[in-house]
Amino acid sequence: MTFGLYAETPSSLSVNKVYVYNITVQVVRTRYIHTSSRQLVARRATGPIVNMSRTGTKLDAKKVNSELFTLTYGSLVAQLLQDYENVEDVNKQLERMGYNIGIRLIEDFLARTGSGRCYDFRDTAEKIQSGFKIFLGITPSITNWSPAGDEFSLCFETNPLTEFVELPDNYSSLKYCNVLPGVLRGACEMVQMEVACWFVQDQLKNDNVTELRVKFVKRLEDAIPAGED
Amino acid sequence: MKQQIADSKANPGATGEADDCLFEYLHAELVNYVLSRSSNAAEGEEELSRLEWMGFSVGYRIIERLTREWSRFKDELDMIKFICTDFWSSLYHKQIDNLRTNHHGVYVLQDNAFRLLDKVGTSSSKQYLKESPRLLAFTCGLLRGSLANLGIISTVTAETTTLPSCKFHVQVQKI
Repeated sequence: MTFGLYAETPSSLSVNKVYVYNITVQVVRTRYIHTSSRQLVARRATGPIVNMSRTGTKLDAKKVNSELFTLTYGSLVAQLLQDYENVEDVNKQLERMGYNIGIRLIEDFLARTGSGRCYDFRDTAEKIQSGFKIFLGITPSITNWSPAGDEFSLCFETNPLTEFVELPDNYSSLKYCNVLPGVLRGACEMVQMEVACWFVQDQLKNDNVTELRVKFVKRLEDAIPAGED
Repeated sequence: MKQQIADSKANPGATGEADDCLFEYLHAELVNYVLSRSSNAAEGEEELSRLEWMGFSVGYRIIERLTREWSRFKDELDMIKFICTDFWSSLYHKQIDNLRTNHHGVYVLQDNAFRLLDKVGTSSSKQYLKESPRLLAFTCGLLRGSLANLGIISTVTAETTTLPSCKFHVQVQKI
């Protein structure tokens, strides 16, 4: 179950390329439904359809959801690789999407944790760490503080995003998880902080850990409305 | 990375579990991206096939994971029931509310409060009705991909008339 990043993966799956994708807008029904509507009068499943004489293991909703996220992200990356010629553009696009997610995700974060402003950048680092715990269920370790205290690293032992992933050799410049720096940048920007993030190490490129470097750039002063400190 | 997969099986608690809202945000970004790439937006027809395709590839893979420990399905209806109950409730937090079939390869799956439409509007609000197909295309593909990997080749379309509810029409192709 590897997530193929090979450009040809989708077509190798296309057992049924024939099917025209066709989604109905509003009330209009698709043609084939019309023609078969007479048959549709037929029978309707009565009562709850829940009862199946099956004693299989129950699916773990939380786990499934996480896999859905992982696989969806994978299919997005695969699609981007197909759409763009240049891997750099894919990295950029992923970062941008991350940014868009980040500016929304910060609201979720603040609502759930009820945390206020950060005292300093170390406090920020801890909050980012707890954000990873809440949203991805992982706790990256905070290491490698710069002497000035404006740069630190987040080290990931495991990463749900890369759970089923293997990078083919020809995509060595792809930053598969580049959505994460985007999320951090977007989220921090919403709390008046400009940060820069980049990957230093990547497990997909055979490093031991995935290391994300975060650097404080500046406080965005003008974004604070007058009268607020 | 083969190593990593083996690890996660041996010790499932070690891997993180992504929060629900991440999928929703990511899905929103997918829609965003696909719309920004669709070239013939001017003609009023949105090109959602990319979105459907991504859904297909996710469905194709995820069903493999989900049915790993399940016994063999009896027949087509059994598979559809699995989709309506366990599959749907683990992906979208609720079961399909209504399943209809003509017993000749047409299934209509109705969800009265579809997760991805849930926050878009209520039955009284028609404001975003026109945009709602964008939010369904991925799931259409997801269904089609899942069924494809179960051996059912199908066409899946969606329709929505009042907002949080929608119907997925599965038309099985007879070979």
